[in-house]
Amino acid sequence: MKIIVCLKQVPKNDSVLRINEQGTWIQDRDLTYEINESDAYGLEAALQLKEKHGGEVIALSLGPARVQSVIKEALARGADRGIHLEDTAFDNLDAYGIGTAIAAATKAEGFDLLLTGLQSDDYGFAQTGVIAAELLGLPHTTIVMDVELNDAGLRVKRELENGFFQWVNMPAPAVLTIQSGINTLRYATLKGIMAAKKKEIKKLDAATLGIDAASLAPRMEFRRIYLPQKNKQTQFIEGSAGDIAAKLIDKLKNEARVF
Amino acid sequence: MLNTPPNPNYYTPEHEQFRRTMREFVTREITPFVNEWDEAEEFPRELYRKAAEVGLLGLGYPEEYGGTPADVFYSIVASDELSRAGSGGVSASLMSHSIGTPPILNAGSREMKSRVLPSILSGEKISALAITEPTGGSDVAGLKTTAIRTGDHYIVNGEKTFITSGIRGDYFTTAVRTNPDDKGAGGVSLLLIERDTPGFTRTHLKKMGWWASDTAHLYFDNCRVPIANLIGQENQGFRIIMQNFNSERLGMSAAACGFAKVCLEDAVAWARDRKTFGQPLIERQVIRHKLVDMAMKIESTRALLEDLAWRVQHRSGDPGMLVAQTCMLKNLATQTMQFCADQAVQILGGMGYMRGERVERIYREVKVNMIGGGAEEIMKDLAARQLKF
Ligand SMILES: Cc1cc2nc3c(=O)[nH]c(=O)nc-3n(C[C@H](O)[C@H](O)[C@H](O)COP(=O)(O)OP(=O)(O)OC[C@H]3O[C@@H](n4cnc5c(N)ncnc54)[C@H](O)[C@@H]3O)c2cc1C
Repeated sequence: MKIIVCLKQVPKNDSVLRINEQGTWIQDRDLTYEINESDAYGLEAALQLKEKHGGEVIALSLGPARVQSVIKEALARGADRGIHLEDTAFDNLDAYGIGTAIAAATKAEGFDLLLTGLQSDDYGFAQTGVIAAELLGLPHTTIVMDVELNDAGLRVKRELENGFFQWVNMPAPAVLTIQSGINTLRYATLKGIMAAKKKEIKKLDAATLGIDAASLAPRMEFRRIYLPQKNKQTQFIEGSAGDIAAKLIDKLKNEARVF
Repeated sequence: MLNTPPNPNYYTPEHEQFRRTMREFVTREITPFVNEWDEAEEFPRELYRKAAEVGLLGLGYPEEYGGTPADVFYSIVASDELSRAGSGGVSASLMSHSIGTPPILNAGSREMKSRVLPSILSGEKISALAITEPTGGSDVAGLKTTAIRTGDHYIVNGEKTFITSGIRGDYFTTAVRTNPDDKGAGGVSLLLIERDTPGFTRTHLKKMGWWASDTAHLYFDNCRVPIANLIGQENQGFRIIMQNFNSERLGMSAAACGFAKVCLEDAVAWARDRKTFGQPLIERQVIRHKLVDMAMKIESTRALLEDLAWRVQHRSGDPGMLVAQTCMLKNLATQTMQFCADQAVQILGGMGYMRGERVERIYREVKVNMIGGGAEEIMKDLAARQLKF
């Protein structure tokens, strides 16, 4: 089984976030980066499938040179090789653009299973995997918690709301977007880190993949990003203890919306 | 603290990747439990196996024995990150093979290496080093435990004390006197003494710090040890012991520097958060100066540590000078740790005196670093000799 896992490099969740001068995104010079959380679970799911059924795991990341560190992390954890989509044409893509580039690269590579995280911790669109699947003309399932292989293809467990799950049978090849927390992440062991030095990372750009500028043109733009306005109000609630409690609950529910 | 990128002359992206692994490992597997383990004076044996899995125990050892060859900066990264748990006791026992095993690797027979190294590096067996005796530790050449050869065995009699991993250890790299006629360094050998040897018993010792570490007094009463367990040549053990001290001292220095950093980190966090007389502590010049003094000592220790590690790795310079530098580094690093622990406890006030705080534990663990692996005075004497003062 040949599995491609998409890994996005995102700002570390304890980064100090400052808005950039244009007010369009966060200032990236202050940031340190890590693998997007749900992508790491996707990688682990892929490695476990490989351990069970054999095959190959390929780690794919799109972005500037710095994203090689997430590919290396994946190689150290056990992925067999990497694909780095690097091109200035890939800077500042929206989910459609990223989906387009991923679809082109993975189509060229060929696979049985393409895994992405459920959503990225920075933009949080939850679109990339789904768009790639549509562009590839393949079936997809989102918020996946478990993957089993059978003769007919795949049997996957989806998370629904309120603690409900759904098992879906689907053919392969397919695209799955993986939920966080579904398995125990392995460490990049010292052995793995040393072994990763010898593993291949293939670089691909837009021209090689035959992607033209028009198909990457953003369909969405950030106009302005700003911090939530903080304000503080004090209200005195009067009346009997019972009245106060009832009013307080009403305010918490309907004004503050804390529950 | 000082948020400077790692010096690329010493650290590659792979070192930093290993740092992330170690950070995650320590955060997940050690930090949440250190208080409990300290009070219990023990940590689960399972931790050795987990440490082996991430590559910590096999770090720097040949692949044929289950290790991963890696340069000294990986060891520094490992010590630094282990320190973040704030428990020298866990580090000391978990890593006791780092003092017990190098003599086996460097001087042991091929048969001995294939027999014992894989089980130590996989975390299944525990390796310890037994040099110190009740009558003295600094004067290694004067040790009294005897190993008299009779046929194909040595008969070992004597005692060792303050031995890290002494209770749970399986393989003891033990300094013995094989030539009773030579009362000095020339009569000393190293023997691998195994846990189940009849006549070998041990008792647990209670300590000021390093509670999570199983320190013991060992008794050898007519223990029969096969001659195949001799490490290196007979009566040639002293040199191996001395060589082993150099890497131990470098490792202890890295750990001491790491503990000092923890003290600074916790002191800064507390000073920012704690308000007295309406102001955060960090607004007080007195406190800020303390923090800068801590940072300054840490930075100078780190610089010497990395410079020396590089020299050792590249065998750059006269070996005697490297020994002198190692001695000076050990003193500098442990003094830095002492200073930072003292300042941090002071800044945390009453909280710094409470069990469960990293700085409280580190404060109790200072002295063992200034005594073990060569006391401060011994380090100065040795450095002075190497420097021909
Ligand atoms: C928690 C702990 C764990 C340890 N683990 C191990 C272990 O795993 N294996 C092992 O073999 N040992 C171990 N040790 C022992 C340690 O290495 C010795 O304590 C150390 O070498 C000092 O020896 P000593 O205690 O016998 O002190 P002594 O040699 O009696 O010296 C006492 C003090 O006198 C001073 N001194 C000694 N000689 C001189 C001199 N020539 N000039 C001036 N001052 C001098 C020093 O200040 C020294 O601290 C451990 C010790 C501790 C506390």
